[in-house]
Amino acid sequence: MSAANFNNTNASALPWFERLDRIDRRWIFLLMFLAVSGPILWIGVTGKTLPEAPTLAARAVFQEIDQLPARSLVLISIDFDPTSAGELQPMATSLVRQCAAKNLRMVFIALWPLGSQVAQQTIQEVIRDDYPALKEGDDFVNMGFQAGNEAVMKLLLTDFAKAFPKDSRGEAASNIPILNSVKSVTDFPLLISVSAGYPGSKEWVQYVISAHNEKMNFVSGCTGVNAPQLYPYFPQQIAGLLGAIKGAAEYESMVNSSLAVEGVVTPPKYSQAQRRMGPQLVAHLFMVGLIIVGNINFFARKRRGAA
Amino acid sequence: MTRQGKTWLVIGAVFVTLLVVRGMIGQGLGRVYVKRTDVTVNMPDAVDMNTAAASSSTTTVAPTTSSNGKPLSWQEWKQVAPLAFAAAQKANPAQTEITLSWPRTIGLWLAAFFTLAIFSFLYADNSFYKIAESLVVGVSAAYWGVIGFWDTLVPKMFGALTPGLVKSMVQPSLVSPEPLQQISMALALILSVMMLWRLLPRGGWISAWPLAFIVGVTAGLKIVSHVESDLMAQTAVTMKPLVVRVTDASGATNMWDSWWASVANVLLVVGVICCLTYFFFSVQHKGVVGGAARVGIWYLMITFGAAFGFTVMGRIALLAARIEFLFDDWLWLIDPNHLRGL
Repeated sequence: MSAANFNNTNASALPWFERLDRIDRRWIFLLMFLAVSGPILWIGVTGKTLPEAPTLAARAVFQEIDQLPARSLVLISIDFDPTSAGELQPMATSLVRQCAAKNLRMVFIALWPLGSQVAQQTIQEVIRDDYPALKEGDDFVNMGFQAGNEAVMKLLLTDFAKAFPKDSRGEAASNIPILNSVKSVTDFPLLISVSAGYPGSKEWVQYVISAHNEKMNFVSGCTGVNAPQLYPYFPQQIAGLLGAIKGAAEYESMVNSSLAVEGVVTPPKYSQAQRRMGPQLVAHLFMVGLIIVGNINFFARKRRGAA
Repeated sequence: MTRQGKTWLVIGAVFVTLLVVRGMIGQGLGRVYVKRTDVTVNMPDAVDMNTAAASSSTTTVAPTTSSNGKPLSWQEWKQVAPLAFAAAQKANPAQTEITLSWPRTIGLWLAAFFTLAIFSFLYADNSFYKIAESLVVGVSAAYWGVIGFWDTLVPKMFGALTPGLVKSMVQPSLVSPEPLQQISMALALILSVMMLWRLLPRGGWISAWPLAFIVGVTAGLKIVSHVESDLMAQTAVTMKPLVVRVTDASGATNMWDSWWASVANVLLVVGVICCLTYFFFSVQHKGVVGGAARVGIWYLMITFGAAFGFTVMGRIALLAARIEFLFDDWLWLIDPNHLRGL
């Protein structure tokens, strides 16, 4: 049958799998939009979220932070920008919240240009709004962005102040009390990277952690696209891993449970990832349905062709 | 008018009607309110700022005694929830502390417009999508140019080669460079000029030298780290016992956990061997080798499936975030952060 004849064929006269092949893909887009927006509206109106059962990798992130003594130093590398905020901002928010609640001293750095602003926004939302007693310079500091990718990581191994000579306010590293005892990155017992790609968690493992994991632990939060590349490093080179929005939701639920106070409602900004698991569920069911229908169609076509 | 044109017209009309209806019911939609704060600071001059930076750890924005003692005043506008505006209006209808911010409101509507413009590509390629796409490309290029200039060239290159000029003109807080840093930056400048030589009509071969330098340094950095973190470390973690005994706190063997830990290790070791066999092309894939290679293919397929699943999860999370923005910040259909008291 020629292409012209095929196109002119009456659609209702075709077998069902042929008709399925001809569905305009925009109907699929519309159904996906409904699959995502429906749960958002439902969760937005009711405020209910799905229960989360934390996996081993997410539990490890929580425990690595939880076991640190108060006033320990934590290096938080914000290696993403607003493009990936939908997935990674909930992780960054909850990580900073747990560190602040544990009274850990946080040093923020960024290897992505917009990471510094993301760190500043996270500091504002979590530390300044909910932990106002923490003082900039003593309890936390944002060292801003440094260009250089792996070169910055290598430099951090020898001289922290040379890699980040001043903070985002312009204050020299030598004048910042929180950095008094820091000579190199290995002076931090824990390194946290929230990363969306290059440079990010993989480079931290390759250039810093693999050679020094006896001195410091490393936990990471990453996008779904990056997660398959990072799972082989867990648990030897990456002590804990939050993979995609699911990892964020699991970790968020653990932090919320551990910091819950009876009679006090957890602020909604700490449940962003849990809220986004509703759309995930419905959209994934829809995707699975499409894959099943596609396979049935494939086998039906094959059978008809064989007959 | 073409069929597609008519469809766009209908979609646009329905959309505008829904927006108008939404704007007329309830609290309305798409407005940003700001709270005014008056700030007064005695701003020190550049010399005082350097002195203060050397002697104090506090922020330079904090009020300090300046040499000229001239106070600076300005107003800061911080975004507040519509609920705060409603409360302020209720307490005092004539208040001006919390007001509607037109620039931010227009920004919000532009953000919504460009989000929809990008989504409109799913229906068909169109002018709105092209405008949004061009704007993203233009803004990104300009942003990267500015970042490259101010975060790399100015502090690292010019700051090392002409520190006095950079300190007096643009970055008073610049940390003075060491002599070695100045020498290395001078070399970097020479390599940069050599790299740009290819733009000249003659002597293009000169740009091959900095390229060779970049390739050499990158290879040196990557080979060592890859061997250490991926080859050696990953090989080491694959050396696992095939039979694992998991004990509980009392020292008794937990059969169930032991069984699953052993199965996990066996699957891992078998998977590594079979995948390596699949990529081993020196022997024909027949018999035992062929069987192992086929198992390796299954492992690879499962891995690709998991990677695809993660990618889908990531993309849906991003889509959910944009739809949340449209429903929450713009249309005020939902209020997950309790900003409007819906």
